[in-house]
Amino acid sequence: MGDGGFFDEMWRDAGEVREPYRRFNAWFEDENPRDLLAKQREAEDLFRLAGITFNVYGRAEAEERLIPFDIIPRIIANAEWQRLSRGIEQRVRAINAFLHDIYHRQEIVKAGRLPEGMLARNAAFLPQMIGVKPPGGIYTHVVGIDLVRTGPGQFYVLEDNARTPSGVSYMLENRETMLQMFPELFVRNRVQPVQTYPADLRRSLAASAPAGTAGRPTVAVLTPGIYNSAYYEHAFLADQMGVDLVEGHDLRVVDGRVAMRTTRGYKPIDVLYRRVDDDFLDPLNFTPESQLGIPGIMDVYRSGGITIANAPGTGIADDKAIYSYMPEIVEFYTGERPLLENVPTWRCSDPDALAYVLDNLADLVVKEVHGSGGYGMLIGPTATKKEIAAFRRKLRARPGHYIAQPTLALSTVPIFSRAGLAPRHVDLRPFVLCSPEGVRITPGGLTRVALKKGSLVVNSSQGGGTKDTWVLED
Amino acid sequence: MRLTIRHTTRYSFDAPVSHGLQQLRKTPKTGQQQRVVRWRTEVEGGHKELSFTDHHNNLVELVSFDRDTQSLAVISEGEVEIRDTSGVLGPHVGPAPLWLYRRGTALTKAGSGVRGLARTVEGETELDRLHSLMQVIHAAVAFEIGEPQTDWGAEEALAAGKGVCQDHTHIFITAAREMGWPARYVSGYLMLDDRVEQEAMHAWAEAHVAGLGWVGFDVANGIAPDNRYVRVATGLDYAEAAPVTGLRTGGAGEALSVRIGVAQQ
Repeated sequence: MGDGGFFDEMWRDAGEVREPYRRFNAWFEDENPRDLLAKQREAEDLFRLAGITFNVYGRAEAEERLIPFDIIPRIIANAEWQRLSRGIEQRVRAINAFLHDIYHRQEIVKAGRLPEGMLARNAAFLPQMIGVKPPGGIYTHVVGIDLVRTGPGQFYVLEDNARTPSGVSYMLENRETMLQMFPELFVRNRVQPVQTYPADLRRSLAASAPAGTAGRPTVAVLTPGIYNSAYYEHAFLADQMGVDLVEGHDLRVVDGRVAMRTTRGYKPIDVLYRRVDDDFLDPLNFTPESQLGIPGIMDVYRSGGITIANAPGTGIADDKAIYSYMPEIVEFYTGERPLLENVPTWRCSDPDALAYVLDNLADLVVKEVHGSGGYGMLIGPTATKKEIAAFRRKLRARPGHYIAQPTLALSTVPIFSRAGLAPRHVDLRPFVLCSPEGVRITPGGLTRVALKKGSLVVNSSQGGGTKDTWVLED
Repeated sequence: MRLTIRHTTRYSFDAPVSHGLQQLRKTPKTGQQQRVVRWRTEVEGGHKELSFTDHHNNLVELVSFDRDTQSLAVISEGEVEIRDTSGVLGPHVGPAPLWLYRRGTALTKAGSGVRGLARTVEGETELDRLHSLMQVIHAAVAFEIGEPQTDWGAEEALAAGKGVCQDHTHIFITAAREMGWPARYVSGYLMLDDRVEQEAMHAWAEAHVAGLGWVGFDVANGIAPDNRYVRVATGLDYAEAAPVTGLRTGGAGEALSVRIGVAQQ
């Protein structure tokens, strides 16, 4: 069932089941499709009850929408996962070292491995972070690295989400739903747990508290509020960790610390897991009009009085122009060959690259350097002539705003449809926690699946769904 | 030369301030050409929350208003010893990388006016051209005593043909960056020969010249800073080097009074 030359994670070309899916397939063949269809609907009801919806930007009429869930799990063997996690850990360590370096001595520029202009002309470089030492030396407490697979052992990093990766609540709810509906599957298969994530996050954040924090560190989650598309996740994580969910107006600077209003007065916060962007974090230091932030929090941070997770200014590490230098960055800071592949990337700011991209638009994916969520991108192979022509004009007008990549042959995993199993393209976002205690990667992550046949866009804002992701024990 | 300085900024409000913060950049820097003998900043009607050193190596103190206060006073007082180096400060030390000082800001965005001005600059050496730039601006923008328009950028001031030291400095650093030099804003004190009492702090520019390092230009007066100049804070523009940056809720009807005394000891 490997379709059109794409690598299918369940089936080999000869119609033979791949090893990680053997037990699952034996179970599946014994099930009645009509029962499974009913279960699929039941799963959707569970999500609706739990209130997991998703705001789609730019669609006024349907503000909240359910992300479709598919009941066929994506299954990864332990050996595959071990190899993958070594690569992820290497990459995340390199990103932290890179951030420390660019906000201090900039050795990578002095060594000639990264052009000065990549920092000097980068809007994501935050001057207020120059010389700042984040508590424990950690910049990226939570990272979600987007990976795609093109063959049995071949994974590519698509994006390093180093500022505020979301989606972890889907990973947890997907597992919860599968456990509720198909408990027998988890008896037959030994699946590594993901439910420890909130406790791990709590521990990881607490371990990153400022030096000199007395007793158990006070952790809180900062949300922009109920109108944010990921509000559900902010509330969910605060609840699961057993910490306060706060908004900017709940906090203020008191006695040189950031403190939250409680019934017994102000209580200082040691670690703030913020889901508010840098620009809006502090009206005194950044955007004065922001109602979402806390005036003076950057001053407290710069004087060492609070941990902000992730650190301000980490956005530069997931900038798409910096991305193209990741192989150099990994080698420079770890002294090792990168274990994970980078997708070959053309920087359109370079005239030769731009010329190539303009000549080959129909075969390439073009992305905005600072964009995310699949907005404002061109997928050459599926675009119309008109769309390509319009994009060509945008590219010519502001080449520095774009990068281009070849379209990758994303692996497929079957989804459950009325017609039975049908292969669909997937990606994977594993969640990584960093603290002075080390790097911890939750086995699995969020698998996003393009529900439309042949589609390569998995973003939930563009009609993608999700799957439970299993990493098997040996 | 040894100068004693006393600087009082007093805010009063018709309505009480329920909450507010002020970032102070009021402590003179210690460097090659100046040494801070003693300095203290005190606050009335508020209290110090914390302090840190920012990326321009300025000491920043964060002050919060006392609850429901109707006045806040910041009193800085001290003594600084200065050496005359003809405006030459030497190599860049950071912590910000030198390239940061090539970046424009909202207040120092070059338009056709500044670019046109830059084209009239002449001179053999880098230093000659920078002096020429200073004289060109000095001639084009009349010095006017009075309140600065804090939201005026370099282009607006140049178009108006008049301004205060802040405007001269913005035009200079905008043009200097446009012409390829890293440049920065300096906020500080200037001892005047004919009086002690002053209404405002002074501002001048610094450009980074190959071989010399940072060199000062007092554009408003058309001269190089000497041992009457006390460097307090630096930044890409006024907004980053301002002595006070604040934010508050409540406190309608603000009135401000500033008293500065700079005297030779």
